[in-house]
Amino acid sequence: MRNSFEKTRASRALLLVFVCLLLLLFVSFSTSVSAQADNDSDTPADSILALAAPAPVTDLKAFDTDNDHGHSITIEWTLSADDGAGANSVISYEIMRWEPFVRDSVMAARDSLGWVQARINKFEKEIPLAEESLDEVLTGQPVLDSLSFLVAYDEKDTSFVLTSEYVDKTLRDTIAVMQRDLPVLKVRAPLLPARFDSLLILLPKEYGKYPDAIIGRFDSVGTAVSGATSHENSSAVDSRSMGFIPDLIDYYYRIDVQTSNPNIRTSSETVGPVQSSGQWFNSGLVPVLIAILIFTILTMIFVQLAKKGMDLYVRPLAGIEAVDEAIGRATEMGRPILYVLGLGSAADIATIASFTILGRVAKKVAEYQTELNVPCYDPIVMAVAQEVVKSAFIDAGRPEAYKDDIVHFITNSQFAYVGAVNGIILRDLPATNVYMGKFFAESLILAETGAVAGSIQIAGTDEIPQIPFFFVACDYTLIGEELFAASAYLGREPQLLGSLKAQDYAKAVLLASAIIGIILINIFPETGETFKSWFEVID
Amino acid sequence: MKRQLPLILVFVFGTLMVIQYFVPHENSEIVKGFLLDWIVIIGIFALALGLWSLVQVSVAKINSRKENWEYPLVTLISLTVMIFFGFTSHAENASWWGYFLAITVFLVALWMFLQGFMGQAANRNMKLLGGLGLLIVFSLLAIFDNSWEFKFYTAEGLTNQMFVHFFDYIMIPLQATMFALLAFFITSASYRAFRARNLLATLLLISALIVMLRFTPGPWGEYLAKTSAWVMNVPNLAAQRAIVIGIGLGIVATALKVILGIERGYMGKG
Repeated sequence: MRNSFEKTRASRALLLVFVCLLLLLFVSFSTSVSAQADNDSDTPADSILALAAPAPVTDLKAFDTDNDHGHSITIEWTLSADDGAGANSVISYEIMRWEPFVRDSVMAARDSLGWVQARINKFEKEIPLAEESLDEVLTGQPVLDSLSFLVAYDEKDTSFVLTSEYVDKTLRDTIAVMQRDLPVLKVRAPLLPARFDSLLILLPKEYGKYPDAIIGRFDSVGTAVSGATSHENSSAVDSRSMGFIPDLIDYYYRIDVQTSNPNIRTSSETVGPVQSSGQWFNSGLVPVLIAILIFTILTMIFVQLAKKGMDLYVRPLAGIEAVDEAIGRATEMGRPILYVLGLGSAADIATIASFTILGRVAKKVAEYQTELNVPCYDPIVMAVAQEVVKSAFIDAGRPEAYKDDIVHFITNSQFAYVGAVNGIILRDLPATNVYMGKFFAESLILAETGAVAGSIQIAGTDEIPQIPFFFVACDYTLIGEELFAASAYLGREPQLLGSLKAQDYAKAVLLASAIIGIILINIFPETGETFKSWFEVID
Repeated sequence: MKRQLPLILVFVFGTLMVIQYFVPHENSEIVKGFLLDWIVIIGIFALALGLWSLVQVSVAKINSRKENWEYPLVTLISLTVMIFFGFTSHAENASWWGYFLAITVFLVALWMFLQGFMGQAANRNMKLLGGLGLLIVFSLLAIFDNSWEFKFYTAEGLTNQMFVHFFDYIMIPLQATMFALLAFFITSASYRAFRARNLLATLLLISALIVMLRFTPGPWGEYLAKTSAWVMNVPNLAAQRAIVIGIGLGIVATALKVILGIERGYMGKG
C-alpha cells in the first residue's frame, strides 16, 4: 500500500516537472517569436518603405551611334550619387524614351496584320476538316482524334460524356462561325497593309512633338544594371519588327534611377532632340583599309617586277614537290588518285586555292594516264571542279580521257560524305590521297582511314584546329598559308610569285611592328599605347 | 569574250563586296543581302546538277556490274524513297498497303526510265515504254487511292511518319556512328604522334602529358595546371598566331589575285 502511495507521489512529481518544463518551453518559444517579430520589423520591408529617393543621374547625353546602319541611339550618363556610394540604394537604370500615342496604333495595326492572316489560314484549313468530321459523326464513326482541335472539355470532369449530339451541335456551330467570319476577314486583310503604312508615315512627325503630354508619354526602352554608364537603344531595319525606330526623326530620352522599391525612383532631366542615321563609312575600320591598300600596292609592285624578269626565290614546299612523286607512284602501282576538296563552299578562299592545285594534279594525271577520283560535298564546288579537270585534260592534250564521273557529287551531309569517301578509300585503295581545302571534324577520320589503306597522303587546310590531325596522319602537310602559296609554286608564273613576295614583305612589316610595339609598351608606355591604338579595329 | 565576261563579273562584284565591308549604311546591307541571296539561288540549281551526277555515276556502276555494285543501288533506292516520303503524306488510320504499292511502282518506273535513257541500247524503247506504263499506273494510284496524297507546297511532307522514322532512326544513328569513330582515330593518331623518336617528338610527348594530366587531383595538380596554362598560352598561342597571320595574308593575297584576274584556277585556267 505504501509502495503504491509512493509510486503515485513520484508519478505526480514527474507530471508536475513535465508540465513545468512544457510551460518553460512555451514561455521561451513565445519570447523568441516575439523577439523574431521585433527583429523582422527592422528588416527590409520597413527599410524598403523607409528608402529615400536616390539622386538622379547627371551629364546625360544622347547621340547617334557611330559606325552603324542607323536606327540606333547611344545614351551615356554619370552614375547617380547613390550608386555604389551614398545610400547605395540604386539597383538599376531604366531608359525612358518619349513615345507618341500613335505608336500604339502602329503596333496594333501590325498585330492585326499578322492576326488576320493567321485566322484566314486557320479557317481555310479547319473548315474542310470540320466538315469531314461532321460526315464521320453522321456515319457513326469514331471522331475523337479529328475533333481534338475543335472540341475542348475538362478531362477531370468524369461526368462529361462526349455525345454524338453534342459533337454534332459543336461542329455545326464552329463551322457556321468560321464560314461567317472567313469572308469578313478576307475583305479586311487587303486593307490592313495600307492602314499600317499610313500610320507608319504619320509616326515620325508625332515623335517630334515633345513635350505635348496630350499626344505622348515616356515608355521604358531598356534597363541598365547599377554601375553601367551607357546604353544603346537600337532596333532592326525592318519597319514591321518590334521596337522599330525610324531614322532622321527627333527622339527624347531620360533615365529613371530605380531602387528596390518600385515606387521610389528618380527621373533625370530629359535630353533631346537626337536623331539616328546610318553612316557611309565605318571609321573604326581605317586600320584595315590602310593595311589592304599597302598590301595591294606591294602586290602590284612585285607583280610588275616579276613581269620584268626579276628573279624571285620561293622556298621549296615539300608537300607540293611530293605531288609529282605521288602521281608517279600511282601510275606505277596502277591505282587511282583521290582528290578531296573538303567541306568548304566555292566562295571559300581555301577551296579556290584547292581548285588551282586540282588543275595541276589533273594535268599531270592526264599526262601520266592515271585514274583520278574527285568526290564532292558541295554541288557548286562539283560544277567548278568538273570545269577545272576538263580544262586540265584539254591542256594536257588528252580531252578524250576526261569522263564526267571523275568529279562527282556525293552528299551535302558531313558524316554521310565521310562514310562515302572512307568507303572509296577502303575499296579502291588509292595510291595517293590529296586533301586540300576546308576540313572540320572529318579530317582525322579521312586521314587515318587513308593511312590504314597505305596511301601516300598530302593535305593542306587553313583550319587551324585540323592542322595537327593532318600533320599526324599524313605524309606531307601544307600548313595554313602554304596552301595559298601552292598554286604560285606549282605554276611558277611571275604574276603569282609576285604576290607571294608581297605576302613575305607584309609579314616582315607586321613582325617589325610587333617588335616595335613590345619595346615601346615596356619602355615608353604612353607612346606604346598610342602605337597600339593605330592597329585597333572597331567593327 | 567567254573568258573576259567572268573576269569582269568577278572584278566588279569582288570590288563591290570589298567596298561594302567598309560601308555600314542600311542600303549597303540591302545590296549585300541581295548578292548573298544569289548564292542560295545558284546553290538550288547546282543541287539538281549534283543529284544528276550522283544518279549518273550510280547507274553506270550498277550497269557495269563492277565490284560492290550493290551499294549504288542502295543509294539510289534510299534517295528516291526519301524524296517520295518527303513530298507525300499518309492519311491517319488508313491502310499502308496502297502507299507501299505506290512507292514500289514508282521505284520500278524510275529504274526503267533510267535504263531507257542511260542503259545499254538493247531494248531501250521497250524499257522506256515499260517505264511510261508504270508511271501511268502510279498516276492512277495517286488519283484514286485516298490513303496518301502529294504535299508539294507545305511542310506536311516533312512530318510524314515514314520520313521522320527513316531520318531519326537510320540517318541520325549512322551519322553519330561515323562521328564516334573519331574517338578511336584520335587514339591511334595520338599513339603515332607521341612516340618519342627524336627530341622534338619527346618534347611533344612531355607537353601533351602535362596538358592531359592538368585536371588530375593531388598536390601536383596545381603545378600541372599552371604549367599547362603556360604551355597553352605562351608557346602554343605564339605558334598559332604566326599561322593565323600567315593564313590571313594568304587569304587577302588570294582574294586580290582572284579579283584582279591574276589567279584563274577556279575557271579551269591556271
